[in-house]
Amino acid sequence: MAEPARAKPKPTPETQHFWDGTQAGELRLQRCDACANVYFPPRPFCPSCASRKVSVFKASGKGKLYSYVINHRPAAPGFTPPYAIAVVELDEGPRMMSNIIDCPQTPEALELDMKLEVAFEKLDDKITLPLFRPAKG
Amino acid sequence: MRRNAVAVVGAAETTELGVIPNMSQIQLHADAALNAIADAGLKLSDIDGFATAVETPQQVAHYLGITPTWVDGTSVGGCSFMLHVRHAAAAIEAGLCKTVLITHAESGKSMIGKLPRSTPPDSLNGQFEAPFGVYGPPSMFPIPVLRFMKTHGITHEQLAMVAVVQREWAAKNPRATMKDPITVADVLNSRMIAYPFRLLQCCLVTDGGGALILTSADRAKDFPKKPVYILGTGESVETPMVSQMKTFDSSRAFKVAGPLAFKEAGITHKDVDHLMIYDAFAHLPLYGLGDLGFMPYEETGKFIADGNTRPGGKLPLNTNGGGLSYMHSGMYGMYALQESVRQMRGIAPAQVKDAKISVCHGVGGMFAASGTIIFTNEK
Repeated sequence: MAEPARAKPKPTPETQHFWDGTQAGELRLQRCDACANVYFPPRPFCPSCASRKVSVFKASGKGKLYSYVINHRPAAPGFTPPYAIAVVELDEGPRMMSNIIDCPQTPEALELDMKLEVAFEKLDDKITLPLFRPAKG
Repeated sequence: MRRNAVAVVGAAETTELGVIPNMSQIQLHADAALNAIADAGLKLSDIDGFATAVETPQQVAHYLGITPTWVDGTSVGGCSFMLHVRHAAAAIEAGLCKTVLITHAESGKSMIGKLPRSTPPDSLNGQFEAPFGVYGPPSMFPIPVLRFMKTHGITHEQLAMVAVVQREWAAKNPRATMKDPITVADVLNSRMIAYPFRLLQCCLVTDGGGALILTSADRAKDFPKKPVYILGTGESVETPMVSQMKTFDSSRAFKVAGPLAFKEAGITHKDVDHLMIYDAFAHLPLYGLGDLGFMPYEETGKFIADGNTRPGGKLPLNTNGGGLSYMHSGMYGMYALQESVRQMRGIAPAQVKDAKISVCHGVGGMFAASGTIIFTNEK
């Protein structure tokens, strides 16, 4: 029997550009052409000023650790506890949930505000997830 | 809304609380409803307004044999019932109905006749949270805690004291699920669930239900039980994705609902005799004390650790034992409301002497929604 897999996102018309981006090795965000607000998750209008004139751009992929839990139980399918579920604050402003890789999943190693950079984990031919690792240097 | 224009005239929980393996979820609704109807001295045919959450209003109304003229199926999580009270008061004031029944029930432990919760993979939660290993409330609700602690200087010991103090209240409640005293060391040595929270900082998982009956204050004096008036109300929503809260230092939904209710009630924090803050997890009372304006966030942890909310303290908080020790079926808001009503009727097992104003504050989802009801027993 196959190991249970982690929950896999299914893109919608409004989010396809984001998932195309991760597949291409880019973290894509949206910026409002009218008020310059950068926002996430994706939608074809600005949640700050309601303008429909918005652009997709490649984000730096840099951010910092805003908060997290280290989940022990119950563990989600496809995860081996303990594992950290993190919220990353991107340098461009928005925050997103992710996991922290290449780092012990301990309170000592996971310091709030530590610098992070995006890393891409391919799940299959359609979906690549944006994960984060401690920034080098 | 006019102050004290509407009153609670019937209030009851299910006959049993805790583990109820002989009853399905919809029958728990009916058990609570029939108990509340009896408490109010009414017949089911007197009910012309109906509200419930999770289950659709049509499911429960039909099961009970009610055909109402006003319906509310607001379902925003555990505080849905606070919103129902607010909406019902407005509906009664507007003349849309005269006598409203609000029911909650959940077979949270036994899982009989309970719809499974699911997150579709093409929903925003399904795309941007589920893939990162969130799995049930314990893995999600505490995500803001470490940031809240860092910003406001809150300690692990203070967060442990929330559970310790609430167990002191639970010890006074015969119907509380957990009554044995616990210490800070017990909390900090209980098994890890989702760091920084351990087992004793997470809510119980139980079966149960509750129901309320509301009518206009003019009619309330004709009922057998002492009326409990609706003095102020507030509600809001923020986001279904905990990762997308505006900040983890506070809850935007709390900061809208709480102050709205205080303003409507025309009271200050000094007027509050009794307080309920929905505690699915140990950090919620701290958010509530700060977001509702009782004190600066920095003082919330110390305030509880110093014993101000324990039996005999100056601000009795979660006097049934809360979701941590009394019961938590999944949507605890109804039980917080029931305890506020008992306190205002003067019949609570851990009665706060001479309490005249009770603030009851609820959360829905993981800080997704909020509702605040302020009750009084004086008109």
